[in-house]
Amino acid sequence: MGFFLETLFGGLMAGVLYSLVALGFVLIFKASGVFNFAQGAMVLFAALSMARFSEWLPLWLGFENKVLANLLAFAISAAIMLAFAWLVERYVLRHLVNQEGVTLLMATLGITYFLDGFGQTVFGSAVYKIDVGMPKEPMFILDTVFEGGLLVNTEDLYAALVAAALVALLTLFFQKTSTGRALRAVADDHQAAQSIGIPLNRMWVIVWFVAGITALVAGIIWGSKIGVQFSLTLVALKALPVIIIGGLTSVPGAIIGGLLIGVGEKLSEVYLGPALGGGIEIWFSYVLALFVLLVRPQGLFGEKIIDRV
Amino acid sequence: MTQTDDIILEVKGISLAFGGIQALSNISFDVRRKEIRAIIGPNGAGKSSMLNCINGAYKPQEGQIIFEGAVLSDVNPHKMASLGIARTFQHLALFKGMSVLDNIMTGRSLKIKSNMFLQALRIGPAQREEIVHREFVENIIDFLGIQQYRNTPVGTLPYGLQKRVDLGRALAMEPKILLLDEPMAGMNVEEKQDMCRFVLDVNDEFGTTIVLIEHDMSVVMDISSRVVVLDYGKKIGDDVPDAVRQNPDVINAYLGTEH
Repeated sequence: MGFFLETLFGGLMAGVLYSLVALGFVLIFKASGVFNFAQGAMVLFAALSMARFSEWLPLWLGFENKVLANLLAFAISAAIMLAFAWLVERYVLRHLVNQEGVTLLMATLGITYFLDGFGQTVFGSAVYKIDVGMPKEPMFILDTVFEGGLLVNTEDLYAALVAAALVALLTLFFQKTSTGRALRAVADDHQAAQSIGIPLNRMWVIVWFVAGITALVAGIIWGSKIGVQFSLTLVALKALPVIIIGGLTSVPGAIIGGLLIGVGEKLSEVYLGPALGGGIEIWFSYVLALFVLLVRPQGLFGEKIIDRV
Repeated sequence: MTQTDDIILEVKGISLAFGGIQALSNISFDVRRKEIRAIIGPNGAGKSSMLNCINGAYKPQEGQIIFEGAVLSDVNPHKMASLGIARTFQHLALFKGMSVLDNIMTGRSLKIKSNMFLQALRIGPAQREEIVHREFVENIIDFLGIQQYRNTPVGTLPYGLQKRVDLGRALAMEPKILLLDEPMAGMNVEEKQDMCRFVLDVNDEFGTTIVLIEHDMSVVMDISSRVVVLDYGKKIGDDVPDAVRQNPDVINAYLGTEH
């Protein structure tokens, strides 16, 4: 039982990170109808910026304080993501309004390759580390209930808390501010939103910026775990089954889908692994997504689209 | 209804084609401040296209739209909204997942000025501003008699009530001109009467100029001051309701089947 719970926790923690990346996808898809293939590249780009600036700033400005360096690097990276969002709207989306979904997808593919190349040119292509002071040592909890207690990875725990805080902030933003209300309006009906004077262009910048911030947070968390390297973009591939399961248009779907995948991966690896041979973790989520597609193509929380023929 | 010769909106020689289909040819008419102006015509006459041109959703190939004496160029719905032209939709275009209150609050988008970060934190001026807008919206909700649905997601409301919310959202913009695209379509008699009363009250109490599209003639004749009749994209009549009723072209194109 204790071991099962440990595995479950591990899965939930990993799932939170998948959720974060999936959230970026969902936000952009809802607000602009764009399936943003570049979300993974945004994670890498933001993480690179964070890693390099937190290293460069103390050298340039001659101070030692790590917290200050991290804070400044975060602010700069956030500003870079804002500039990125503005550039994407101004030079890509604005010219592709009302184009086919495939055209927009191809455009984001272009953005992906640009970001990958540009990021590595500016920031370098080695493996960098982000140290935001997350505790590394594991801890034991509930040792009164289970013999020896449960082993919990504190780094994962903090990551999950940060992610949960971000989701709470986003919820507050979407539910309680007029900008959030306008964004929800845009997501529901472009035409109507425009007719009451909501500026679509500005909304797109905002939503790409918000997705950029989730990419930055996801990048920092993953980066401090495994180092900032090119393989971070692969995280995005893990987010694809998450949004298929959760539904492409649902924020709660992204979160729950991420948790499901995280838990499913770990549990299947541990319990099915011995029977089927190892490495299930790698393909489990895709098979699960395929199964969901067969049974419920709109995902668990997605809107069912019924077209009149 | 106060009647003056003060022209608020003028449409001059509008032609609109989609590929080979001429949706509107050389349409001209004007709208006086504070009047209820109807555009009628059979299905496919080009009524909605006309409305979409005024609203900036379609860009006519020829012609001008003159609003408060200024010729508008390079129009889009957002610009028209900021000039004070609001609209409702024939096929409901509400924000389905959002509550009635939130839907109508979105109509205040152009009026809300405070910074979104202050709003999120509910600090000082942002909070006060939200309260002012909220009050305005609550008045609209009272006016439309939908208090008890305030927090209901609009997608779950019956059709007639959704139409009211659509009207409420447009009213929240405090428009100078309100464009109504078939506000009575798909309604039963009682709902139609309610909607008529709202339209008249809006015109009367807020002094809003109204441009109304309808194909139900009886409704239009009762509440509008002047009527434009379209048929196959051409204007075939433009007069006060009684005169339009007598117009042989209109009777042929439109009423012939009804009388």
